[in-house]
Amino acid sequence: MRRRTKLNINPKHLFFTGALLCFILIFVSFRYREKLSPVKTAVGNVISPMQDGINSIGRAISDQVDKLTSLNKLLKENESLNKQVSTLSYENKILLQDKYELDRFRDLYKLDKKYADYPKVGARVIDADLNSWYSSFRIDKGTDDGIAVDMNVIAGNGLVGIIEEVGKNWARVKSIIDDSSNVSGMFLKTSDQCIVNGDLELYNSGVIGVELISKDAEVSDGYEVVTSPISDKYLQGILIGYISDLTADSNNLTQTAHLTPAVDFDRIEEVLIITELKEPLVD
Amino acid sequence: MKRFVVVIIEILICFLLQTTVFQWLALAHVTPNLLLILTVAAGLMRGRTQGLTVGFVCGLLIDFCYGEVLGLYALIYMLIGYLNGFSHRIFVKDDLTIPILLVGISQFVYFFLFYVFEFLLIGKLNILFYFVRIGLPGIVYTVAVSIVLYKILNIINTRVDRNEEEEV
Repeated sequence: MRRRTKLNINPKHLFFTGALLCFILIFVSFRYREKLSPVKTAVGNVISPMQDGINSIGRAISDQVDKLTSLNKLLKENESLNKQVSTLSYENKILLQDKYELDRFRDLYKLDKKYADYPKVGARVIDADLNSWYSSFRIDKGTDDGIAVDMNVIAGNGLVGIIEEVGKNWARVKSIIDDSSNVSGMFLKTSDQCIVNGDLELYNSGVIGVELISKDAEVSDGYEVVTSPISDKYLQGILIGYISDLTADSNNLTQTAHLTPAVDFDRIEEVLIITELKEPLVD
Repeated sequence: MKRFVVVIIEILICFLLQTTVFQWLALAHVTPNLLLILTVAAGLMRGRTQGLTVGFVCGLLIDFCYGEVLGLYALIYMLIGYLNGFSHRIFVKDDLTIPILLVGISQFVYFFLFYVFEFLLIGKLNILFYFVRIGLPGIVYTVAVSIVLYKILNIINTRVDRNEEEEV
């Protein structure tokens, strides 16, 4: 270490050179975003399979851990259940009635959803953003599976986000809770328009923001918000969530509210991508 | 040359672990910042030059995979590596107090810069919330992991050092 033969560069100079390089990079990537995306795609193509490989190991391990913990739980549960056999048989009857009711509700629910007939592709989440929450994450499907930028991503029965970047075998999804996300929404019952804004700070308490609701809109807490037909990227009628805390703005023209997303962003493992793009407006 | 290969492999492994396995082990929505530990260790063990080089490579890797804007993370990590390089002269092998302290401080600096660039610039002023929600758990978790990771890195460093001595 002391007997170094190479020429010695002053670290200070090296630091300033590096900093300058960074600033140039920042500038270039601001200015020519599209031109740099092939480079990012190439890096992603190399990294993604490695992450996928490690992920499969991690998944196997966590599955095993889950199995062990659930085994213990099951043993305990079994003990207590044995004691409750008599009550259970009674509860079972009530549950059965509930089940019929649930089936009926589910049928109704399906009819309600317009997006059931969009073509969809399933994908697995391979990594989350380094800085916590699923505000942006990557999935294991890419152009090979027909994924393209601006396709809508859903999970369960609600909107998750939109494809922001796509590689050969991966794609990056920006979720609706991301601070830079804006979705134009519409109240399903009254067709009043609004804007749904992602907000990580609000999401800490499980909600995101909704603004620009017209003063005259006849809405109240619990109303469903779906994606609006006037949105240029989101397909119409995808459930976003339910509003609450409706308050009038100080300008007395609009109202703001909070929205509870239909998707639990803490636990997303599989998502569905709608492989149909909203038709762009062409002159 | 050998050191170069070793460092590249270290960076790659830390990056892969941080983005995959540790996402499964996230506590309070936070994952430990392995690349930061690596950068701090490089600065502490090898001086400013290597600290800033390792930081630059780590940051660039993150930029390419996650960044909206290229070069931002590279700048943050490089700055941290460079600053930690100043502590090279008080570097003592097998001592754990200084590296852990440095990791803690660096993670705080990292959080602050991250907050400024990612949240402050879009008008989110409530730094206290972000600190309690992301910053503090990040520091605690990263420091805890650094105890183990730093030991491993130290052993690797000692090995490579010995190897180089033999060659010369």
